[in-house]
This record gives sequence, C-alpha cells and structure tokens, in this order.
Amino acid sequence: MSKTNLIAEPGTQEIRLERVFDAPRDLVFKVCTDPKHIPQWWGPAYLTTVVDKMDVKPGGLWRYVQRDPKGNEYAFHGVYHDIVMPERLVFTFEWEGLPGHVILETSTFEALPDGKTRLVDSSVFQSVEDRDGMLSSGMQDGAKETWDRFAELLTTLKTEAK
Amino acid sequence: MMTIFDALVDPTRRQILDLLRERPHLVGELVDKVGISQPLMSKHLRVLREAGLVQVKQDAQRRWYELRPEPLAELDAWLASYRHLWLGKMDRLDDYLQELQKEQKNHEQDQSDR
Repeated sequence: MSKTNLIAEPGTQEIRLERVFDAPRDLVFKVCTDPKHIPQWWGPAYLTTVVDKMDVKPGGLWRYVQRDPKGNEYAFHGVYHDIVMPERLVFTFEWEGLPGHVILETSTFEALPDGKTRLVDSSVFQSVEDRDGMLSSGMQDGAKETWDRFAELLTTLKTEAK
Repeated sequence: MMTIFDALVDPTRRQILDLLRERPHLVGELVDKVGISQPLMSKHLRVLREAGLVQVKQDAQRRWYELRPEPLAELDAWLASYRHLWLGKMDRLDDYLQELQKEQKNHEQDQSDR
C-alpha cells in the first residue's frame, strides 16, 4: 500500500506531494489530462465535479466546477503552461472563491520498474503566508470560530486587492 | 448573483454580522452602532438577506434582524473539504487507477473467455 509524502519546508512557498502509483506512467498521465477521467477522481465523492474547460496545451484554459447536494457551486481554474507527455505538466491553479491566490503547480511523472509511476506534485504559493494558510487552517484546534477564520481570509484578500 | 463571498468581503457588512452575532438588532440600533445612514444600512441588510446570512423576525411593529449561521457553517465545512480535496487527491487518484486497471483486466478476461 503506497502512501503520500508531504514535504513543506518551513519558511518556503512550496508544498510537495509525492506518491508511487501501481500503474504505468502513460495511464497516470492520461488520467490527469483527459477530461473523461477528471470527474472520477478529482473531487471527493459527495461533490459532483464537472469539467467546464480543459484545453491541454500551452496557454490552454482549464476550469472545473464542483456542486454539492444542495446546489452550491465551487469552481477552480487555471492555465496550462507546459505539457511534456507523459513526463511533465505545468499549470496554474486558482480557487474562484479566493481570487488572486494563484498556485503554480508542476507535476512530474517518473516511470519506475515493475510498471509503477512516481508522481511528484509541487505547488508553489505566492507567499509563505498563503502556503501556511493552506497547511494549517484545517489542522488548527476547533476552538477558533468559523467567522474569525473567514474574516481573516477576507482581510488578506482585501489587503492584497489594494 | 450575490454570493456569500460578495456579502462577506465588505467590512461594514462584517461589522453588522458581528453585532448580530451577539443578539438580534433593530435597524435603528444598527444605524447608531455602525454609524452609517439608514438608507446605506438598508442596502447592506438587503445584501446580507439575499446571501441568506440575515433574516427578519417581525414582532408587532418592529423588525428584528438576526443572524442565520447556516451558510457560514456550510462554508466552513466546505473549506475543510477544500483542504482535504487538495491534500487527498493523491489517495483518490490511486484508488481510481487501481479501479481502472481492474476493469481493464476483467475486460481482457471476458474477451479471452469468449
């Protein structure tokens, strides 16, 4: 059973996820770049993920929309910068609920013996604060109220908009 | 369409929500505490009502504005899942790849059985 390694060195803007999949590289790459496959794994099961745009070429746009059972929608989008089949994908990632916080993602697919594949997913945030926000908010103690958390998020957003 | 994010991004509206978190208020009380004009206050309250964050309770001649916490709770639950989404995508990709390959194998088996 393989496991995900998460590497986030203190004071940097990067989070790196590493995982070895028991699947050939071509298949892993395909599943990450084919709109037919994205809805099957990209979101958690309770959300319906729809591929709105997915133009896998340099400068091409992607946009996924997720819907929860109540009909709320959450959308993500970005631009593909570099595609080296089946080795490398470089693209931006932005959640439309928090515009302006753009993440630069580089996915590297490495073929291993026995038909396995190592995927290294590097995410570079615009600031250490953004990076730490992603890492820590979910793990903070539950005492912190929803509202306070939101106010903080929005204050950051507003400060940056100025 | 006015979303919860549009409603929350304005600092005056966040101040109004903070006051309503303590207890329901009348428009006049909110005008006094926030220090803006009544028409402007009405505009902000309309936005908050449209976003489902505030509701009105009629009490004889008075209209009490009170907080509706449900959208915030939903948003928080979703934010938690957003982090989960991001950190958990490798697990889901792994599951899906296993599933795909199993299907493929079954399919090949079916073909050779024929």
